[in-house]
Amino acid sequence: MTETLPGAAIPNPLDEAAISAAVEDAIAAIAAATTLDDLKAVRLAHTGEKSPLSLANRQIGSLSKDQKAAAGKLMGASRGRVNQALAARNAELEAENDARILIEETVDVTAAPRRRRAGARHPLSTLQDRVADIFVGMGWEIAEGPEVESEWFNFDALNFKPDHPAREMQDTFFVEPPESHLLMRTHTSPVQVRSMLEREVPIYVLCPGKVFRTDELDATHTPVFHQFEGLAIDKNLSMADLRGTLEHFARQMFGDDAQIRLRPNYFPFTEPSAELDIFHPGAKGGPRWIEWGGCGMVNPNVLRAAGIDPEVYSGFAFGMGIERTLMFRNEVSDMRDMIEGDVRFSEHFGMEI
Amino acid sequence: MRIPLSWLREFAEVPSGATAEDVMAELVKVGFEEEAVHRPSDTIRGPIVVGQVLSIVKEPQSNGKTINWCQVRVVPEGQEQSLTGKGIDPSGVQGIVCGAHNFVEGDKVVVTLPGAVLPGDFHISARKTYGHMSAGMIASVRELGIGEDHDGILVLSRIGLDPQIGTDALELLGLKDEAAEINVTPDRGYAFSIRGVAREYAHATGTVFTDPASKVSAPAELSGGYGVRIADDAPIYGKPGADRFVARTVRGVDATRPTPTWMASRLRLAGIRSISLPVDISNYVMLELGQPTHCYDLDKLTGDIVVRRAAAGEKITTLDGKVRDLDAEDLLIADESGAIGIAGVMGGETTEVSDSTVNVLVEAAHFDEVSISRSRRRHKLPSEASKRFERGVDWHVAGVAAQRVVDLLVELAGGTADEAGTDVGTMPAQVTIPLPAGFATERIGIDFSEEQVVTSLEDLGAVLDKSDDGWTVTPPSWRNDLETKEDLSEEIARLVGYENIPSTLPVAPPGRGLTRRQQQRRRLIQALADAGLTEVLSYPFVSKAANDTFGVAKEGAPRQAVKLANPISEEHGFLRTSVLPGLIEVAHRNHSRGFRDLALFEAGSVFLPGDTMGTPSIPPLGVRPSDEVLDALYDGVPDQPLHVAAIMTGNDSPAAAAHAPRAWDWADALDVARFMGDVLGVDLVVSQGSHQAFHPGRAAQLALRSGEVVGYAGELHPKLLAAHDMPARSVAVELNADALFDAAADVIVARHISGFPVATQDVALVVPQDVPADAVLAALREGAGELLEDVALFDVYVGKGIEDGKKSLAFGLRFRAADRTLTADEASSARESAVAVAAERFGAVQR
Repeated sequence: MTETLPGAAIPNPLDEAAISAAVEDAIAAIAAATTLDDLKAVRLAHTGEKSPLSLANRQIGSLSKDQKAAAGKLMGASRGRVNQALAARNAELEAENDARILIEETVDVTAAPRRRRAGARHPLSTLQDRVADIFVGMGWEIAEGPEVESEWFNFDALNFKPDHPAREMQDTFFVEPPESHLLMRTHTSPVQVRSMLEREVPIYVLCPGKVFRTDELDATHTPVFHQFEGLAIDKNLSMADLRGTLEHFARQMFGDDAQIRLRPNYFPFTEPSAELDIFHPGAKGGPRWIEWGGCGMVNPNVLRAAGIDPEVYSGFAFGMGIERTLMFRNEVSDMRDMIEGDVRFSEHFGMEI
Repeated sequence: MRIPLSWLREFAEVPSGATAEDVMAELVKVGFEEEAVHRPSDTIRGPIVVGQVLSIVKEPQSNGKTINWCQVRVVPEGQEQSLTGKGIDPSGVQGIVCGAHNFVEGDKVVVTLPGAVLPGDFHISARKTYGHMSAGMIASVRELGIGEDHDGILVLSRIGLDPQIGTDALELLGLKDEAAEINVTPDRGYAFSIRGVAREYAHATGTVFTDPASKVSAPAELSGGYGVRIADDAPIYGKPGADRFVARTVRGVDATRPTPTWMASRLRLAGIRSISLPVDISNYVMLELGQPTHCYDLDKLTGDIVVRRAAAGEKITTLDGKVRDLDAEDLLIADESGAIGIAGVMGGETTEVSDSTVNVLVEAAHFDEVSISRSRRRHKLPSEASKRFERGVDWHVAGVAAQRVVDLLVELAGGTADEAGTDVGTMPAQVTIPLPAGFATERIGIDFSEEQVVTSLEDLGAVLDKSDDGWTVTPPSWRNDLETKEDLSEEIARLVGYENIPSTLPVAPPGRGLTRRQQQRRRLIQALADAGLTEVLSYPFVSKAANDTFGVAKEGAPRQAVKLANPISEEHGFLRTSVLPGLIEVAHRNHSRGFRDLALFEAGSVFLPGDTMGTPSIPPLGVRPSDEVLDALYDGVPDQPLHVAAIMTGNDSPAAAAHAPRAWDWADALDVARFMGDVLGVDLVVSQGSHQAFHPGRAAQLALRSGEVVGYAGELHPKLLAAHDMPARSVAVELNADALFDAAADVIVARHISGFPVATQDVALVVPQDVPADAVLAALREGAGELLEDVALFDVYVGKGIEDGKKSLAFGLRFRAADRTLTADEASSARESAVAVAAERFGAVQR
């Protein structure tokens, strides 16, 4: 760097060579500056009050009139060059500096803390919504009812005869006092009866919800579980309509390859009745048939209990367990995982199912 | 119901190589679910043969026992031993050490040779014991898995067998037979018999069925037998308790004769224990024909038999040795001595057959399903007989079954049958069902041909008469479940095959989508999960103490709750009135599994009984109750609002690099409550709360604008947390979500959005400590008037410069006008009006 020390010779503003040398000195110094601080010092030395160019400039005043014009022109151009170089270098160094600061601010993104975490839905609750959405998409509506229910809605209205063994097979929780005829619903079917009483035919409803049986908790049983039941009441419904509805639903749940199978069975509230098996192509351990639920054509006595004329209307109904569906669809092998509330279980599923 | 294959083969054509699995696969097609396979050969394998004991040398041992060193011939004399292998003696005579003493030289016994495997994975090999090489074992009944007896070895002559030496003992003892176990639905009583299942097997496979009833020749009429009267003076639902009673007499039987092996092995495979020859015969016939029968010791009967209801205070000692108090509704079999049996459920001790019985009276009766079912439940006496009677037995088969028992007693027990017999009762009216021609097609969706309809029903045993528009169908006597045309349509579909039902998708009328409440519930649950809480589910069963603590704010005020009559555990005998007890249990479980930082929530019903609990009676089935009756049913069901509760323990997040976790505190619980309000668009009014489950100074009560209290939030009571072994400072919130849903505005009316500049003003007010900030804020809001856009508390200060017992609250006020730019004076004057109201209401002084 060329320093112009105080007391150094002041170039003559008319001396083109001397001025040019001073300009070259300045430009060389500017180019050599590697930091903004350097550049600041260079600016002071070459354009400051005591710099050769400033001092030379100041001399113009003492020149004769005709000399002034020539000197002014020379000095103006020279100082312009220096200032331009300064500005350019300054922009360069500032850009470098900015870039360096950004580099210095680098963080380890893999060490970032989590500040906003999503929680999780319980998969039974998510699955219930998903099932509901499929039926809502078909134009069905969702119906709900109470968990503590009148015995009439849970049994009699559904054609369970008072002394029939089928009534005992339901392992019912009864409510005190027994004379109240209240119980914890053993299935969501009472909601079907309520729907038939409250709605106008045709009726297409899905009834999801919690149900209760006096089973001890183990890997495959729980006293509290969830079901969804479908009910359709219309003119001229047949078992073919039941099969078509179940097939459509099965494909929504398990993919286009899903198939269903109906086997004869018995339920007091349907006649004919069928057991529903699903062919699950993605089942753990290979594709196979899995028992999924029960279904059938609504028993005329059930329609009569709701004031619907069975000679005019017919209907079908079906019901599946949500736990069971989750068990084979999502490979949950132990019922207890679903009911113990271990956060790892819900969190693994997150918001999806 | 377990079906031994050899038995099934007697009445239906089962392919010779068919296994129990194959049989079940056929039966499942006609509606019997597969339950299990019972195959003795899965656990017992040969060589197991008949041997004859040639010699026994008794050798006393130092331990005081005497063992028998036996030579046992296992190959007929003169023949060569065809078996080879370690421990098999080529001579055909095995040396075996035996500890039992119930046999003598010359007895034929079962020899398990080296290489055999017995139940319990017990491998037989030649081994050195008591100074001999014992090459096999002489087996007991228990070791063979065919009985409980282990007092000695099985001597074949004692069960009536004298087979050739070397005979395969597994074949001999029926251990190569197997049984298919199927689940019989409660409507099909007839299928609790080989007769019923063989018929169904024939339906499933299209093969020939021979009715076992047709193989028995029972006399068309009986008379002159033992005196029997049916005298039911209190029929249930107007149906007599018994409508047929057949009694037959067999004299001179030897009740001590062994039950033949074929019968014992079938009974065993069917799951019935062999007891004595007469009892085994009775059970055998029940399994074969579906008709329960009972054998009385004729010489222990006194006077005529009467079928009647029990008298008040009457008792009976049943076959299981228990004295039972009878109910006036119990149907009894009685003689002059009193009750000798609870009809269709269990016989009495006094007339039981025993080894000394010589003369037997056989009963085959037909009882009312409901009557039997009630007695069985009342006495908690599920028996094979009651199981069948409750579901319905063929009225016509009683005489056949009695004859079959008589025949077997004659054949196997050496008795002689009396020609005279008794058969009293009245045949019930026959059911006929009109079946319109197109009905099955319409209901099932299969285009059935006339032939399919007719053949299917005739195959079942029904009789069809052509009518104007179809048929009149008389179902077979064993099918009491066939009552309506719908029942018949199922039978036709079942026999033609459900797999032939086509598939059509019905189109529902336009739906209305989820109801608003369903949407609100979803939104709330999803929002809580989105906000970082984890949804869990817990059982609604809680203790009385839990309800008294969580379900009611004031300590000592007991909570009305629904009590279960038959809870799984008495401790958790009530239904919850709050979601928190279950949630705390879940939190505790997670905590004990090492998860310290928790934010859990549950949405679930609580059960709040009102003044009326249920209805004293319920209407009958098959008829729509009147509106009044329905209203009473609806009103009797307790309120079950949806509650949403959350609990938070530990920190809001795990510790991480450059991150300091924050411990959850009371304000977080309150924040969750307000968040729920925000999500639903419901403004919650917060006030200082008092609830026994919460910290007395750190709980907020949450109410609607209407004043209705909808829940609490804050820190749980330290003592309660300690009692539940929960971390200190855990916080919780519980809200009545249904109340929030109701309070949400239906239609939100838009507000004008002003584009004019904002004017902000801060104010610090000194008020007494006990004045709630929220109340001061409300006062400011009220006083500021319509220019106020928003007001927020941004600081609370207590300390230097503030008088004791007071606090300074700093609020930021934001003013804006709808139509102009506010001047500083306008904003200041609005602020002064705001402060004036606060000053008037709480003595607030500006700092």
